[in-house]
Amino acid sequence: MELTGRNISFKYSSGSRQILKDVDITIDNKKILGLFGDSGSGKSSLCKILAGHIKRYEGEVKLDGNEIPKSGFNPVQLIYQHPEKVMNPKWKMHEVLEESWDVPDSLLEDFGIQKSWLNRWPAELSGGELQRFSVLRSLNPNTKFLIADEMTTMLDAITQVQIFESVLKIVKERNMGLLVVSHDRDLMDIICDEVIYLDDINHVDI
Amino acid sequence: MDESVGKVNKFDVLGNMNLRTKTLLAIGLSAFILILVVVISFFIDPKSITTNWTMMNQPPSLEHIFGTDWLGRDMFIRTLKGLGLSVQIGFFASILSSIIAVALAFLSSFNKHLDSFVSWLIDVFLSIPHILLIILISIALGGGAFGVLIGVAFTHWTSLARVLRAEIKRIKTSEFVTISEKLGQSKFWIARKQILPLVITQVIVGTILIFPHAIMHEASVTFLGFGLSPHEPAIGIILSESMKYLATGNWWLALFPGLALLILVLLFDIAGENIKKMLDPASAND
Repeated sequence: MELTGRNISFKYSSGSRQILKDVDITIDNKKILGLFGDSGSGKSSLCKILAGHIKRYEGEVKLDGNEIPKSGFNPVQLIYQHPEKVMNPKWKMHEVLEESWDVPDSLLEDFGIQKSWLNRWPAELSGGELQRFSVLRSLNPNTKFLIADEMTTMLDAITQVQIFESVLKIVKERNMGLLVVSHDRDLMDIICDEVIYLDDINHVDI
Repeated sequence: MDESVGKVNKFDVLGNMNLRTKTLLAIGLSAFILILVVVISFFIDPKSITTNWTMMNQPPSLEHIFGTDWLGRDMFIRTLKGLGLSVQIGFFASILSSIIAVALAFLSSFNKHLDSFVSWLIDVFLSIPHILLIILISIALGGGAFGVLIGVAFTHWTSLARVLRAEIKRIKTSEFVTISEKLGQSKFWIARKQILPLVITQVIVGTILIFPHAIMHEASVTFLGFGLSPHEPAIGIILSESMKYLATGNWWLALFPGLALLILVLLFDIAGENIKKMLDPASAND
């Protein structure tokens, strides 16, 4: 399985700064790829394009050579950096998970989610607790590629390890592709099989 | 140090309450009075407002606190009956209005063409004076309570629709909606499950705040003779009929019903504004 982006160029509106230019990137499910870059280098934009969250861009994103359908379940799922923004404030946590799939109890335990949290509102949980839900939601059985955009940046070291361990376990079990995006080089050296530097593949003239 | 700081005045009951209690009290009191008016108006014996030639044109007294009219009917009971009718029409009209507003606001979120159509429709309805439009719709539908109800309902949805349209636009771009889309949820599902729970408080407050407008417009259209038929005991009818007798010095015929209408409308406004404070605390400082 291969997720490829070819000649991806992106800017927010005509006339504004070019963020991505002719970027080529390939993620396959055999190795864990790390994407590393300075702030403002377009990491998040690239992630959103790969996951279909940005609709207007130049170039093409293909999954095993096929276009990714615009509607319906997207096999490429994106995990955002800020878990507070990705949950409807009027939904209880069990509804957040149920929207995606029926999460088995064993996985809840793996991610350190307590049963009592399921009946709370997003505002009643901390960022780290919310992020576990956000990650677990994106691990729908139909997810083929996972894009973790600064997934653990705002979390403490212990939670970081716990979340990454659980994610890596599932990624290996299900043979999924994983793109880890961060500006924390040390973290990526531990987790990833290969790390690319966005400025090397992004041909923007600064 | 000033001794009075921190001292609680036991007689200043309202001052001791926190804002939440005060707000709840305002909602409770105004809702209680409004419901009382409607309930009483239901149970008024029609015989009590039959003509009584021995009691014609009596000024306000202990027996008839709002006085009596030129047919000897008690004005207090007529006013209550009229207020009850006004509230009923206001109730149905504002519910219908907010249904229209919600439907159009969601419609506008589906695509760009529908959005510009809805914006255009809002501008069209805002550009025609309410009263004129209500009169036209009411006459076209044959007048009466039904005509006024539809007329009021079709003219009062605009401001709520505008607010909802903007709010839905904001929620639509939020990340949890994008994620829902990418989890394969349909637009209808997102509208119902993601967006509706976030705008429902605005819909409730909006509906209550349409109430006073609906009642006022119903009364004014009826006053002008385009609304309810003369045999219905509406406030508008009472006011327009009393115009003929004002010149003969029967001031109570218009003053008390008019004042009662004003108080009713104010009560709805107080209830609406305070419910808004409860449901949307951020707006309390507006």
